[in-house]
Amino acid sequence: MKFSLGANQYYWPAKQTQEFYQQAANSNADIIYLGETVCSKRRELRLKDWLELAKQLASSNKQIVLSTMALLEAPSEVSLLKKYCDNGDFIIEANDVGAIEYCRQNKVEFVCGQAINAYNSPTLKRLIAMGMQRWVTPVELGRDWIKNILSEMDELNLRDKFEVETQAYGHLPLAYSARCFTARSENRSKNDCELCCIKYPSGRIANSQDQQELFVLNGIQTMSGFCYNLINDVSGMQDVVDIIRISPQAEDTFAILDDFIAQHKSPTYKKLANNHSNGYWHKIAGMQTI
Amino acid sequence: MELLCPAGSLPAVKAALENGADAIFIGMNNETNARHFTGLNFNDKRIKQAADLIQQKNKDLHIAINTFAQPNQFSSWQYAVDKAVDIGAKALIIADMAVLDYASEKYPNAEIHLSVQASATNKAAIDFYRNNFNISRVVLPRVLSLHQVKQLSRQTDIELEVFAFGSLCIMAEGRCYLSSYLTGESPNTVGACSPAKFVQWQQTDKGLESRLNNIVIDRYKDGENAGYPTLCKGKFKVEDNLYHALEEPTSLNTIDIIPELAKANIASVKIEGRQRSPAYVATVTRLWRKAIDSYYNDPENFQADPAWMQELGNISEGSQTTLGAYHRDWQ
Repeated sequence: MKFSLGANQYYWPAKQTQEFYQQAANSNADIIYLGETVCSKRRELRLKDWLELAKQLASSNKQIVLSTMALLEAPSEVSLLKKYCDNGDFIIEANDVGAIEYCRQNKVEFVCGQAINAYNSPTLKRLIAMGMQRWVTPVELGRDWIKNILSEMDELNLRDKFEVETQAYGHLPLAYSARCFTARSENRSKNDCELCCIKYPSGRIANSQDQQELFVLNGIQTMSGFCYNLINDVSGMQDVVDIIRISPQAEDTFAILDDFIAQHKSPTYKKLANNHSNGYWHKIAGMQTI
Repeated sequence: MELLCPAGSLPAVKAALENGADAIFIGMNNETNARHFTGLNFNDKRIKQAADLIQQKNKDLHIAINTFAQPNQFSSWQYAVDKAVDIGAKALIIADMAVLDYASEKYPNAEIHLSVQASATNKAAIDFYRNNFNISRVVLPRVLSLHQVKQLSRQTDIELEVFAFGSLCIMAEGRCYLSSYLTGESPNTVGACSPAKFVQWQQTDKGLESRLNNIVIDRYKDGENAGYPTLCKGKFKVEDNLYHALEEPTSLNTIDIIPELAKANIASVKIEGRQRSPAYVATVTRLWRKAIDSYYNDPENFQADPAWMQELGNISEGSQTTLGAYHRDWQ
């Protein structure tokens, strides 16, 4: 089993991001995903900064992957995407099929990100032919679904052509919109957002009227209100997942990573916090817990 | 510009035909259909009857096979493609790469439209589907501004179809797990958002409550207009502020921008609502027919008739309409 740090979903000041990745360089993560995947207005770090950071981190004997945006609308966003795909040094995590098309044309390998709808074996077969070398499972797929796909890939003699990665910790990205919900929460429009996401390093909680944490507003992205946590499912992940992904948190990310690594070596039951859940993995509603 | 109307039943097909639809889109009554609601849609016999009715009137039939196939059950999606081709559908509306792959390989002459559920919002994504799966039209997600639609139209010569009227999905379609997160049933794989079987209404001392799988979506005071608890239209609390955190109950209506859509070479305007009644389909089709004809009769002086807008507003969610993301300010 390998362990990865997914791309940071939140918007932090450059200094905080740099400090986070200095720690990441010395952490037990095998793979680090870098880059902005949510909003093109978030430019505390630009492409050249991400590339510089990627080069620094590559010397720490970890695989570095450049993650790309999930929702691309403006031509300027697509041009920037192309620059990421043409970087020549680092492989790309595609979160929109547009990135897959650029990688396919460049004949370079790519990671199929969790925002791509790859739900079945005929889809993975096509993606492998295009250069996919790793499949990050869509957030709503659980163990049984993944296991079924993998046995079909076995029958196609393709199981050894790609790795499987699943997010095991962190609020789940659930939706992407044209509208910015963080700006809306401050009664602003997206055009006039003043980059207010930077004030909320863990997003903003939206509660139901009876005080249940339903969603986390993170710019144009809506995340799960509960933190997904598969700490008690690590042993169940072993035969279906090659890489466990931890989504970066404003606090304690590396302690969480170490907990998962420890759990892999010697599993012990941990009581989940009230606002954590593991439903999707067990084929029930994502916000529920087994 | 084609007027493409929805139907979830034979009476709705007839209503659309009688009121001026150029084309009608329908789907099967199973999980291959992203509008898989109980009691709606078409079995093998009915879908043939619908095809006959539409073909007798020389109109076009589009069949939506637009969910994502589940492991071990791919044969249901293959069957749906075979059936659609067999009954002579003009176009297949598909989202899943597996289904696109099957349809484009087995039926190289079939006309394939990329479903909105595939969420192609940019030129590179459109190229991906065109280069790999031989699609001839893209249904654009409701997240693009009018300016972005125009830009895309300039960048590609593929046919573009836009949503013109009906429910307003505010998330990029096919990439929204909100309903699956609350209910465990995914629009992508099972085919329904906020499924009716999870809806509960309860009179409480705080007012009428709507719930989805036991989660409070909204509370209404006496006399307040209560809407279906689609969860992105719920009222939630961010810190101390209680409001429609994602979107208000409202519907999309783009009659005002018909001239811009026509000038941007949009091939088809789509009316959402396969889950709606035949009477609803009749009204919307009739008014949209009038609006499109009125534009082509005198393009320079087109103006939305307030009477059309009033009538459309009355049958809309929350009795209000919006241009949604087409208008930059909405975003």
